[in-house]
Amino acid sequence: MTTQMYALLGAFVLAVWLLGLPLGYWLAAIADGAPRRLARVERWLLDACGVPRGSQGWRAYAASLLLFNAIGAAALYLLLRAQHGLPLNPRHLPGVAPDTAFNTAISFVTNTNWQAYSGETTMSHLAQMLGLTVQNFLSAATGIAVAFALIRGFARSGAHGIGNFWEDLTRITLYLLLPASLLLALLFAGQGVIQNFSAGVTGRLIEPLALSGGGAIPTQQLAMGPVASQEAIKLLGTNGGGFMNANSAHPFENPTAWTNALQMLAILVIPAGLCIAFGVMVGERRQGWALLAAMTALFVAAVLLVMPLEQAGNPKIAALGIDAAPSAWQAGGNMEGKEVRFGIAASALFAAVTTAASCGAVNAMHASLMPLAGGVAMLLMQLGEVVFGGVGSGLYGMLLFALLAVFVAALMTGRTPEYLGKKIEPAEMKLVSLAILVTPVLVLLGSAMAVGSDAGRAGPLNPGAAGFSEILYAFSSAANNNGSAFAGLSANTPFYNFSLALAMAGGRFAVIVPVLALAGTLARRTRSPRTPGTDVPAAMPTHGPMFVLLLTLSVVLIGALTYLPALALGPMVEHLDLFR
Amino acid sequence: MSAILCALRPALSLFVLLSVLTGLVYPLSVTLLAQTLFPAQAAGSLIRDGDRVIGSALVGQPFSAHAHFWSRPSATAMQPYNGLASGGSNFGANNPALLDAVAQRIAALRNADPDNRTAIPVDLVTASASGLDPDISLAAAHYQAARVARASGLARATVDALIDRHAQHPWLGVIGEPRVNVLALNRAIDLASRH
Repeated sequence: MTTQMYALLGAFVLAVWLLGLPLGYWLAAIADGAPRRLARVERWLLDACGVPRGSQGWRAYAASLLLFNAIGAAALYLLLRAQHGLPLNPRHLPGVAPDTAFNTAISFVTNTNWQAYSGETTMSHLAQMLGLTVQNFLSAATGIAVAFALIRGFARSGAHGIGNFWEDLTRITLYLLLPASLLLALLFAGQGVIQNFSAGVTGRLIEPLALSGGGAIPTQQLAMGPVASQEAIKLLGTNGGGFMNANSAHPFENPTAWTNALQMLAILVIPAGLCIAFGVMVGERRQGWALLAAMTALFVAAVLLVMPLEQAGNPKIAALGIDAAPSAWQAGGNMEGKEVRFGIAASALFAAVTTAASCGAVNAMHASLMPLAGGVAMLLMQLGEVVFGGVGSGLYGMLLFALLAVFVAALMTGRTPEYLGKKIEPAEMKLVSLAILVTPVLVLLGSAMAVGSDAGRAGPLNPGAAGFSEILYAFSSAANNNGSAFAGLSANTPFYNFSLALAMAGGRFAVIVPVLALAGTLARRTRSPRTPGTDVPAAMPTHGPMFVLLLTLSVVLIGALTYLPALALGPMVEHLDLFR
Repeated sequence: MSAILCALRPALSLFVLLSVLTGLVYPLSVTLLAQTLFPAQAAGSLIRDGDRVIGSALVGQPFSAHAHFWSRPSATAMQPYNGLASGGSNFGANNPALLDAVAQRIAALRNADPDNRTAIPVDLVTASASGLDPDISLAAAHYQAARVARASGLARATVDALIDRHAQHPWLGVIGEPRVNVLALNRAIDLASRH
């Protein structure tokens, strides 16, 4: 660890908290209703769209959500298939192949943004804008809406409804995501992120590129497009799907160290703000801080592992007499798959940020991370994307673990399990278990199926354990809706396009439905008064350091017990082989 | 089922409304504002020689002449620094293909400057993430300074001064890395050696 790394990590965590705090209050306000001045316009708009008034029960909320997302997926699929016949396609790109379009539609609707395609050579400007950017917004709003519904389940007492999906969706999009994205997009554009509708620019190279087979290429073609607008919501919505193939490593997506810092902040700020909003909405702010503290602890631990592993670099390259020591003149370390302007510190931090949150944008190629650093990135996804996690999904995922922690603690101490004044009963615990178990099943069965089939084994680029890691990473990323990749994997095949699409859809909606059912069950339960001085039997406090520790341990234990055998076969074997 | 049919109208109308707002109004507003406020950046920070575009200040180019600083290795498809196929090698740290590639790059650098016995900085022998990295580390620039001076006919002190003039340092030692933009530096070298 260099001094720069400590300073960068410290300043970053502080910035996330400082920005998350006011944002949390804004989120809580949005969950409560429209800003006063806009309430009448909004009501008129919603009435015109035929949106029913009032709070929905969990079944109606879930049905609305599923229907809306199904329409989104179908529309995106059709747009991708038909892009060759539509405007804003200056490079005359053909329609996207059926399996790739299917995978991409599921991927962007589930907030995963796994990309089997390469942006520059596949997507028309219209497809990027009216297809992918739209789902960047709507999938993020869907995730936050589910978090709002679950929080209401805790906050309400003896209630039937958990909120109105249409109102939540509209408010999150209009009052949070759109204004924040507009601001961020302009900040990016000022730093050099492109925003145009050009077919591309051809520059004459200073030195024509000599080809090994004779001849020379005199020019360099540069892909162009409306990048800044998509970039902003890609990060704010923890989507992560790059406009270009190299994602946030591409100089047009992430040109400077400052845009890089802004990108990392943009990824974590809404998940952090949602913890604060949770505390505000349940009427006890320290409950939100406890969740944020647990997330921060896990995140910092992960960063403290990844940074020194990457700085230590590749022993086999060092053995060739290469200078990889950090100095005033260079970052040193493992620079394969990294950009000089980000060096090791900001690349390692980005890798942890993007896998802790289910973003999946990358500013360095994760396949070329040191084996154990790649393993940490994988584990952060496998923990269920609850270390900040996706917008909304991170909070509702962490709340599932909070219920689990309360339940386990109650079993150990012989008390009635209770969280925020609500008794936790078998009905709740069944839903919690179901929601927590969905993704491990998808990851492990999916990886096993890929490893066991010729079509799956045809994918990896790297030999040996690293090849297995590529497959395990792919299913971990898909089922947990992250979207980053060990991109050596040739994933644009019917086998991977369909199997990963299934993992993405399952990992999203098979979790959301039980979470909404849980919200409905909790909302109906009465909240026991917990004013100090009453004689209600004391439940375990869920805001102190003891609970934070218990919650952290629950997350790590479940994740480690589930995935250690698989991680041993990939990153750990590769590490031992490399440092033999 | 009835709940779903009942939800069809709000679902469709809200989808269309929000799609227009987030997929057309928003990106077009950003385009209008960005092209008004930051026209050069929005267009790609293009560099022109007369009225001919010779590249972007943000995107790297390949260099192999001894009188130029070499950029980092690029693993883009078809050819290096292919602006239509950004990406890295995706080689794992233990992949023999990575170590072969590094060994070849070391040999090429040593061949071009046999008298230079100092250790080669790591960013000169490893492929960047985008394959379009515009920068090299200051260590990588100083490593090549003697060769560039010799081949361009410039004094070593002149080359070192040009590196210093184009060097960028991290803000407060935290945000950013010590680096130099290769295209800008090579244009300065060309300009100096023409005089």
